[in-house]
Amino acid sequence: MGEVLVVTSGKGGVGKTTTTANIGTGLALAGKKVVLIDTDIGLRNLDVVMGLENRIVYDLVDVVEGSCRVKQALIKDKRYEGLFLLPAAQTRDKTAVKPEQMLKLCEELKDEFDLVLIDCPAGIEQGFKNAIAGANRAIVVTTPEVSAVRDADRIIGLLEANDLRNPKLLINRVRVDMVKRGDMMTIDDIIDILAIDLIGVVPDDEKIVVSTNKGEPAVTDSKSIAGQAYRNITKRILGEDVPILDLEADEGFLVKIKKMFGMKTT
Amino acid sequence: MILDLSKIFGKSKSSKDVAKERLQLVLIHDRANVSPQFLEMVKGEIIKVISNYMEIDESALDIQLTRTKNEEGDRVVPALIANIPIRNVKNSGK
Repeated sequence: MGEVLVVTSGKGGVGKTTTTANIGTGLALAGKKVVLIDTDIGLRNLDVVMGLENRIVYDLVDVVEGSCRVKQALIKDKRYEGLFLLPAAQTRDKTAVKPEQMLKLCEELKDEFDLVLIDCPAGIEQGFKNAIAGANRAIVVTTPEVSAVRDADRIIGLLEANDLRNPKLLINRVRVDMVKRGDMMTIDDIIDILAIDLIGVVPDDEKIVVSTNKGEPAVTDSKSIAGQAYRNITKRILGEDVPILDLEADEGFLVKIKKMFGMKTT
Repeated sequence: MILDLSKIFGKSKSSKDVAKERLQLVLIHDRANVSPQFLEMVKGEIIKVISNYMEIDESALDIQLTRTKNEEGDRVVPALIANIPIRNVKNSGK
């Protein structure tokens, strides 16, 4: 019996879709059978981030309306064994799917997959309700900005009100140079405010843009620091104990990361 | 350059501290669903009651609704924190 993990944030543009694509691909690389569901109906993007946009035939709305079987709508990623995508519909809106239908779909997919990863749309309305309906675990993505942290706090409250206890925090796009100058909240500041457990920290990395350009998740790029962060997060999701990057130490961030990964620091 | 100098003399807060303080304040209201007017009312009542027994510095009175860990440390619970500077204790109660 698999698990259903929702990736959510409240605020838009903090990296939910990038996170879903990278964690999903990371889990597949770790040998798990994974399906990614894009629930952002009308504004689908997980397909382009994954580089699978040309292979869509059926979508999520087709599945819940019974226009096709689930298996017909799943796109198999040929690059990574065990990775599948269920894309969102682009010409419909959030009301085309109901939470009960999502719950039923997740129950069905849980039998077949080790992990069902749900990419949640921004906001707290119908799309959010659909996305969390079948989930039993949650990751809240935020960036070190007041607007994103505020919305994350609201989402944490809503998740707990919907019996999704113990959501985990992912802090995205951390800029170490700004943290050092005192111009960006530290990891500890954010945990202090939100009072939930951390699943990982992803540093701001230009390679994310490059990998999104190509439709190849950064988690597969051994040279990308964000990719390494996502590999660590994948391990933590699977229950491994991997230390969180300490950004506040005196030595340089790069040095620290390199040390952590056993690379030469000179 | 001006910013750097003021940092050395410790006169200005870093922008991340400003961010943290502003967030903590705004979240008090987001979480409790409580308006600033409500807090003002609570503040007024507290001043009234305490003034019967003590002379307090009303201008420096600070009252906040925040979150804190419970005694067992396993849950986050709301807390009302008040800082009330006392000028003088009235002795009429003796």
